[in-house]
Amino acid sequence: MPEATLVDMPAPARLAGEAPIGVLALQGDFREHADVLRALGAEVVLVRRPEELALVGGLVIPGGESSVMDKLARMFGLFEPLSDAVAAGLPVYGTCAGLIMLADTVLDGITGQQSIGGLDIVVRRNAFGSQAASFETELDVSGLAGGPMHAAFIRAPVVETVGPAATALARLADGRCVAVEQGSLLGTSFHPEITGDYRFHEYFLRRVAAAAFRR
Amino acid sequence: MTEITSPEQFGSSRVKRGLAEMLKGGVIMDVVTAAQARIAEDAGAVAVMALERVPADIRSQGGVARMSDPDLIDSIRAEVNIPVMAKARIGHFVEAQILQALEVDYIDESEVLSPADYVNHIDKWNFTIPFVCGATNLGEALRRIVEGAAMIRSKGEAGTGDVSEATKHIRTIKGEIARLSSLGKDELYVAAKELQAPYELVAEIAATGKLPVVLFTAGGVATPADAAMMMQLGADGVFVGSGIFKSGNPEQRAAAIVKAVTFYDDAKIIADVSRGLGEAMVGINVTDIPAPHRLATRGW
Repeated sequence: MPEATLVDMPAPARLAGEAPIGVLALQGDFREHADVLRALGAEVVLVRRPEELALVGGLVIPGGESSVMDKLARMFGLFEPLSDAVAAGLPVYGTCAGLIMLADTVLDGITGQQSIGGLDIVVRRNAFGSQAASFETELDVSGLAGGPMHAAFIRAPVVETVGPAATALARLADGRCVAVEQGSLLGTSFHPEITGDYRFHEYFLRRVAAAAFRR
Repeated sequence: MTEITSPEQFGSSRVKRGLAEMLKGGVIMDVVTAAQARIAEDAGAVAVMALERVPADIRSQGGVARMSDPDLIDSIRAEVNIPVMAKARIGHFVEAQILQALEVDYIDESEVLSPADYVNHIDKWNFTIPFVCGATNLGEALRRIVEGAAMIRSKGEAGTGDVSEATKHIRTIKGEIARLSSLGKDELYVAAKELQAPYELVAEIAATGKLPVVLFTAGGVATPADAAMMMQLGADGVFVGSGIFKSGNPEQRAAAIVKAVTFYDDAKIIADVSRGLGEAMVGINVTDIPAPHRLATRGW
């Protein structure tokens, strides 16, 4: 994301008001995302049903247990509407489990686990191993002004393959990709919602505003 | 592009408490075999608690209850991809060291097992693996947090299928937090003394109106309605122990409780998932259990 594309965009707080931002609230740390988005001036709708999804101009898929979110989305008729919305260009930001939900291919999922897809990536679920391997570190994020981002990786996934349609935004020192974007989709292996650095959420809200502007 | 500019930190409070944040809105299920763990994962459990006997059996069989055999924990870890928790006895730091060596994802310092130390709990700051601890009231929760607990569960009375103690404990903790928020600064000093917890932590909770860690409910949850009630009372999620695998149809009941926790405020959905679940665990009324045999009074 080159800096230049962000220059003329209005502050997220103003344009985000056009349609509320949804946070998928089937399971996980959805309240933390909702708090961050509200702090940035967005109106927030918690999404558990298709009719709630239909209200939103952008969606955050939180951290949590991806296999549980997948299961509940399918049981309650939300999976198809989510796929349709992603295909139609709804801006979506996924953290950790949310990144897994947005990946075209998931490795090490539980039996029968599906993903909504949309990001041309191969994600390995729980790529670092057990909780003992969860960690915090500093990350340089491509195009994100304001210096390195402090990032928390909690039983986190890793993007093993970045397909030609997707762009890597951040990598660990060993080269493994942990943040990607593609069109209206954004995903991170880590959890800005619990570390207090809201630059990804601000960037996401700007993209939502730009998408609404184009429509 | 990217480079790590500082060393990685493992086992920080943020990643310990963070895993509990990711479990919110979910159900953690007690399992005693790999086959049960498979059922739990398939039903949508957000994590499993690996143990040798569910609390109902510990209660009926009696004797000293200890940490599970590492082989059992390994077999359950091999079976599922969701987080695996395991229990250590209160104060038994060597059992906790073993569980850390086995790379479980969370350690439950649990009153369901026989305490190993009637004075001290485990110093949980010494571990990179996070701990969840039980509490019957706010003071107990705060003392566990000071010792390093990264997640609290209200205790309830495990192995009974009687949810009344769980109700009492979550209401007590929530009520005491609400009361703190209404106190003036001068009154918080006395509140800290009464809660037997450090002033700084008490003041933080008075200001934020919530615990600094995730709060689940446990003990006696047996039906989707029980689970949804705990969520409506303000729990972040639910542990279900004996309630699933001591019932007539574990698969269906487990899935129903998962759905009821997500849609805890939608009585229509809770009604739907409550249909045709077969027999719930038979249960024991807490009032029929003589006080010395109540598990919730273990820990202090």
